[in-house]
Amino acid sequence: MSCRDLILSKIKAVPLEPKALPIIPEFEFEGDLKARFTASIQANKGEVISKEELLSLLDSGVFEKVYSHIEDFSSLTNIKITEDAHHLDNLNLAIIRGQFGVAENGAIWLEDQDMGLRALPFITEHLVIVLDSAHLVANMHQAYGRIGLKESGFGLFLAGPSKTADIEQSLVIGAHGAKSLRVVLV
Amino acid sequence: MSHPIQAAEFLQDQAKSKWHDETLWFVRDKRDKISKSVPEWENLRDLASQIKDNVLANLGVYLEEFEKNAKANNIHVHWAKDAEEHNEIVLGILKEKRCNAIVKSKSILTEECHLNPYLEKNGIEVVDTDLGERIVQFLNQAPSHIVLPAIHLKKRDISEIFHEKLHTEKGNEDPDYLTQAARIHLREKFLSAKVAITGVNFGVAETGEFVVCTNEGNADMGVHLADVHIACMGIEKIIPKRAHLGVFLRLLARSATGQSVTNYNSHFRSPSPGKEIHIVLVDNGRTAQLARPKFKNSLKCIRCGACMNTCPIYRRSGGFSYESTVPGPIGSILSPGIDLQKHSSLPFASTLCGSCTDVCPVKINIHEQLYEWRQEITKALPDRTKSLAMKIANGVFAVPFAYNLSGNMMRGALKILPDSITYSGLNTWGKQRDLPELPKESFKDWYKKNRK
Repeated sequence: MSCRDLILSKIKAVPLEPKALPIIPEFEFEGDLKARFTASIQANKGEVISKEELLSLLDSGVFEKVYSHIEDFSSLTNIKITEDAHHLDNLNLAIIRGQFGVAENGAIWLEDQDMGLRALPFITEHLVIVLDSAHLVANMHQAYGRIGLKESGFGLFLAGPSKTADIEQSLVIGAHGAKSLRVVLV
Repeated sequence: MSHPIQAAEFLQDQAKSKWHDETLWFVRDKRDKISKSVPEWENLRDLASQIKDNVLANLGVYLEEFEKNAKANNIHVHWAKDAEEHNEIVLGILKEKRCNAIVKSKSILTEECHLNPYLEKNGIEVVDTDLGERIVQFLNQAPSHIVLPAIHLKKRDISEIFHEKLHTEKGNEDPDYLTQAARIHLREKFLSAKVAITGVNFGVAETGEFVVCTNEGNADMGVHLADVHIACMGIEKIIPKRAHLGVFLRLLARSATGQSVTNYNSHFRSPSPGKEIHIVLVDNGRTAQLARPKFKNSLKCIRCGACMNTCPIYRRSGGFSYESTVPGPIGSILSPGIDLQKHSSLPFASTLCGSCTDVCPVKINIHEQLYEWRQEITKALPDRTKSLAMKIANGVFAVPFAYNLSGNMMRGALKILPDSITYSGLNTWGKQRDLPELPKESFKDWYKKNRK
């Protein structure tokens, strides 16, 4: 008997009474989605900024190597993107667009098409996500309702910069991935 | 060694054990605050518990559905009945890819299977990439907590080991500085690894995808740069539908660390062009636990660690005192099912206060199962000293004359006996505790005198 069949037969041999799946109700959400989303991003150690603030940040010249995956800012791209994500190691700033955001926790949904290379939002030193403020949902139930059964090889709820508290519970931003997250609500 | 002996060792360093206790309580407090900010929190716990009940009642069906959908998504699905098979499967893939160095993100399952020493014995360099796990790996230790692997260490310890391994400045204990050093060191490992291993938080039967949650982004740094991703998953991690992720992701991080969600929640459905994803579905005692009606609910666990942070025993004895991969209350009901003899002291490492049950996001009746394991263990491994004491007590309590006499004798004897005898090693209750002041007479004598 294959190992697979052995495991499945062991499970089958256990007498188990049927248990129905519960129905997930609609949970009400009070308050302003945008205000809540902004507060959630801040709690996750990200920042919410305006388009003007982003433009002046880009003008300041602190980011040497920039890649924009969205057309609005594509003129800022100054590196060549290849199929191999290893070349992104020196990237200072990536700009991508998020599909929608979740007010209760600041999570932003991204799929393959939004990132180009899956490594992009992780390997870049700093990350900017542009998000339409009309594309906010209240909670994770609405979020998965919105995703439905859409197919993307990779999907990601990104809610903040890379962080750790593994040294005496002291919070440090920028463990392995992006050292900052700025969300531009438009 | 039994839990009490290990716990005593942990308590030797009073300052450190106090810090451990207070720090975990702080995490528990953060969990309380954030859970109270969600009005439907208790509904979510009920839903999560009911979904997991349904999973356990249909585990085989969901596993087959998961396998079918994952395969359709170009994911290679492997099955392992135990740790040994799991390790062989992983090594087999590495050999086929001619890979001799891997990066690995947090996976309690691979700890349970002792994958690291197995791969190292076979000439593979294993780099744990979660910062806490890398720290304990440098020290040749296991994680002492499933969410906070290095919680037993102080920054001085970490500074010392980083100075030795990463050549950081001697005496520099700044967490920012040390984390940056680890970032540079691990970035190199990420860029050179051909195979990355991760654990799995949830496998979705409906879509054949699986979800991995981290705050550091280390799982993603590993897998997106490597050619091959191996995900190791216990068979109980399956959930029926994608929509159920909404319930579990709302509960997981809030219960674990008091944050609203982990910063990276990655859904792997199919590999990038030219890359491979393998998933290893592991039993290793889970089907045996499923067959134990009193204990099968322990398989509902989503490994948030909330029961550890709240447990008065865990906080004051440290993760290593349990000598099991999963320590704390949930570990104490999982581990006896794997090796009853080895883990026989664990269900007794509890006050049965029930706090673990109260905070569990999937509503496992942990403290009741601890009590049930005690009954099983007493039957299977009778404690001679205790059973002798119980037999004597039985004889004394059954005969009124003997009871009266022994009471008088004890009251007399305890007055004159030196502390070295009263608090000898036989009196485990008296360790760090004083006996209450003795009454002059028994209640019966008092009653006779006062109520004629």
